[in-house]
Amino acid sequence: MEQKTAPVLEMRNITKRFPGVIANDNISLTLHRGEVHSLLGENGAGKSTLMNILYGLQQPDSGGIWMHGKPVRLQSPADAIKHGIGMIHQHFMLVPSLTVAENVALGLRSKRHPLTNLKTVAHRIQELSEKYRLQVDPNAYVWQLAVGERQRVEIIKALYRDASILILDEPTAVLTPPEVDDLFVTFQQMAANGRSMIFISHKLHEVLQLSDRITVLRHGRITGETFPQETDRRQLAQMMVGREVQMAPNKSEVRPGSVMLDIEGLFAPGDRGGDAVRNLRLQVKSGEIVGIAGVSGNGQRELAEAISGLRKPRAGKVQINGTVLRTSCPKSARKAGLAYVPEERMRDGAIGDFNIKENLILLDHGDTKFCRPSGMLRFAKIKEHCNRLVDEFNVKTPDLETPTKHLSGGNIQKLILARELSGNPKVLIAAQPTRGVDIGAAEYIHKRLADERTRGTATVVISEDLDEIMALSDRIAVMYEGEIMGIVERDNASREEIGLMMAGVQRLNAA
Amino acid sequence: MNDFFSTTILIATVASGIRLATPFLLASLGEALGQRSGVLNLGVDGVMLMGAFVAYFVVLKTGNPLIGAAAGILLGMVFGLVYAFITVNLHAEQGVSGIGIYLFGLGMSDLLFQKLVGTPLPIMPFPEIHIPLLADIPIIGPMLFTHSLIVYVAFLLVPAFTLLLNSTTYGMNIRAVGENPAAVDSLGVSVTKVRYSAIIIGNGLAGLAGAALAIELGIFQHNLTNSMGFIAIALVYFGAWRPFGVMAGSLIFGMVAAIVLQGKTLGIIPRSASDLAAMAPAVITIFALVLVANRFKQPAALSKPYERGR
Repeated sequence: MEQKTAPVLEMRNITKRFPGVIANDNISLTLHRGEVHSLLGENGAGKSTLMNILYGLQQPDSGGIWMHGKPVRLQSPADAIKHGIGMIHQHFMLVPSLTVAENVALGLRSKRHPLTNLKTVAHRIQELSEKYRLQVDPNAYVWQLAVGERQRVEIIKALYRDASILILDEPTAVLTPPEVDDLFVTFQQMAANGRSMIFISHKLHEVLQLSDRITVLRHGRITGETFPQETDRRQLAQMMVGREVQMAPNKSEVRPGSVMLDIEGLFAPGDRGGDAVRNLRLQVKSGEIVGIAGVSGNGQRELAEAISGLRKPRAGKVQINGTVLRTSCPKSARKAGLAYVPEERMRDGAIGDFNIKENLILLDHGDTKFCRPSGMLRFAKIKEHCNRLVDEFNVKTPDLETPTKHLSGGNIQKLILARELSGNPKVLIAAQPTRGVDIGAAEYIHKRLADERTRGTATVVISEDLDEIMALSDRIAVMYEGEIMGIVERDNASREEIGLMMAGVQRLNAA
Repeated sequence: MNDFFSTTILIATVASGIRLATPFLLASLGEALGQRSGVLNLGVDGVMLMGAFVAYFVVLKTGNPLIGAAAGILLGMVFGLVYAFITVNLHAEQGVSGIGIYLFGLGMSDLLFQKLVGTPLPIMPFPEIHIPLLADIPIIGPMLFTHSLIVYVAFLLVPAFTLLLNSTTYGMNIRAVGENPAAVDSLGVSVTKVRYSAIIIGNGLAGLAGAALAIELGIFQHNLTNSMGFIAIALVYFGAWRPFGVMAGSLIFGMVAAIVLQGKTLGIIPRSASDLAAMAPAVITIFALVLVANRFKQPAALSKPYERGR
């Protein structure tokens, strides 16, 4: 290990205010040559703002940036790129209708200006992809690529610009466990070549695995700096949230009852034709949580929609509590006792411009509880009901009249959960229940799901987050390309085995 | 004798179809460029009308159609600058702003005509240029190579735009901005500059399209374009945002219009049916659009204003 002299990057006393909040409050951060420095924090902790400032997308109100001991001004991404800073964005910054080579060449000055010189670019991409084991075809169109390949294109884009500092904004969010392992090998090789990285992730075990140093942010301030060998997941979570966090909910002893959800031979079409769900068979008993693991885009959304009646299956049948559901009829599913927490919560789960009260009664505003025979709403009853739900589910809101879109992701999710569970469902489908939700709210949502299990609900949890699946499930089903690759008991499940099934490498005979 | 007669008609019809297609082609090439950069401009017809009036007025005063055409382009570019400011800097809703530009152009061109000219006087049209050698080829020559300069320019722009879009850095920037402006921004390319330039060039072509129409006809009148600008927008969809596709659409439209015109002149189409026949180009365009629609995806960022961090 070489002597660590002047840091390659220093952010000193960065402060950035937005109307009503201080996103970054006097934050200082250093980065050394060849170092992987992790930045950990909840949504809204200020990580993105800090990185946007570093990449020239935003300007700090005060404080400054030094590189190799000299002050620099980064007023646009072009400045940042010039100083050797590259950013791998959480949402890929790629143009699907262009080829890999074109995407890499964007913004670079061509040697044959004004014409492009894509052949040279493609050649150089090939060299980089061999050097860093980033397999990708320079002439493929980006829309043809799988997410893992797109991720590699993003990294090549930064390497092509010879970035010596890389900002990695949740680069593993959409990858399978084997892909994550490959990516980490690449990152380690990049670090060994003297490149420095700022790694942003929610996944604590990844942070512990990859980092040289970890800085934790909360409410715009640094709450701790530590090293992976000196800490563990529990402690990191505590630094992020500011209190003791329960990593997995307590699950009481429950003996599963009769089959509540019975899916047989289900085929459901995808958005672009073809079958997104293929010959799927699954039974869930009352008092049981079945986790559906898998990289998103493998038919999970289509499965949830087919069960809830939002997507017409091509074949097969779904039974809830012994009633065969009419296809493409959400009402029949609801009547049979289904509750559904959709993955796109602002698109399918709530109406952003409606207030809390209106969203809470979306399911049963036509019911005689809330509606007179004349069609007029019973506002007093509704208010009472909603106040009770908001209290019970700990939804943090100024009042019931607040537009739902003004709440945080976690509070919106709690609101949806409150509405869905208020009808005492027989079957609950919860898709990505804690995606983009802060740890405190996630902890609460997990607890509620565990409570539902105790109450006797048959629950399906669909999640990309393997930690979540492992924490909640009694059984784990792995989906790959619309099929269930295997179902394992939680107690016998290993991450490696599930990872292989998620990648479609291994198939288990149906349990 | 009969053969000779029909050959002459054929030549005349095709040549007139190409002439009629020219304003459509110019306007829809310009619109296609703007849309590839992600900006929808429904104001084409208004810009064409303004371009037509300004060109007419300049030719009336100078007697030089080339200066008139240049004035049309310039006027269009000024409109482009305004439209770019409205849509790129102010993030205005593009559908409504475009309609505003259209209504402005429709009224303003007529007002200026009433105030500055009043009585319609004919102007000097473009001279026909017979391309040496090529114009002498039997049948093909008089069909394709005896047109005015503006027709040649319009059709030469088709391969030029294809090259621009597919093989230059600038073209790649335009395509990328129309699909994912955030990606382009993150690589240090100015989305604003790319969109401004595409809108200004596109509107310059709309101005030229109007100029071509007025100078070719030798007159100006209220609503001279008769909504040709809107057809040009439809042709962009028909042509799947590709220059050659747009050209094919313009030619179909021009040819059908020429055939209807010729049919009326020769009395093949009875007077009573002439209004119905006048609908033919529009009806055929709708059919073609339905057939082509959804085969190709429009630019993903079309009509979406870009704001960093949103």
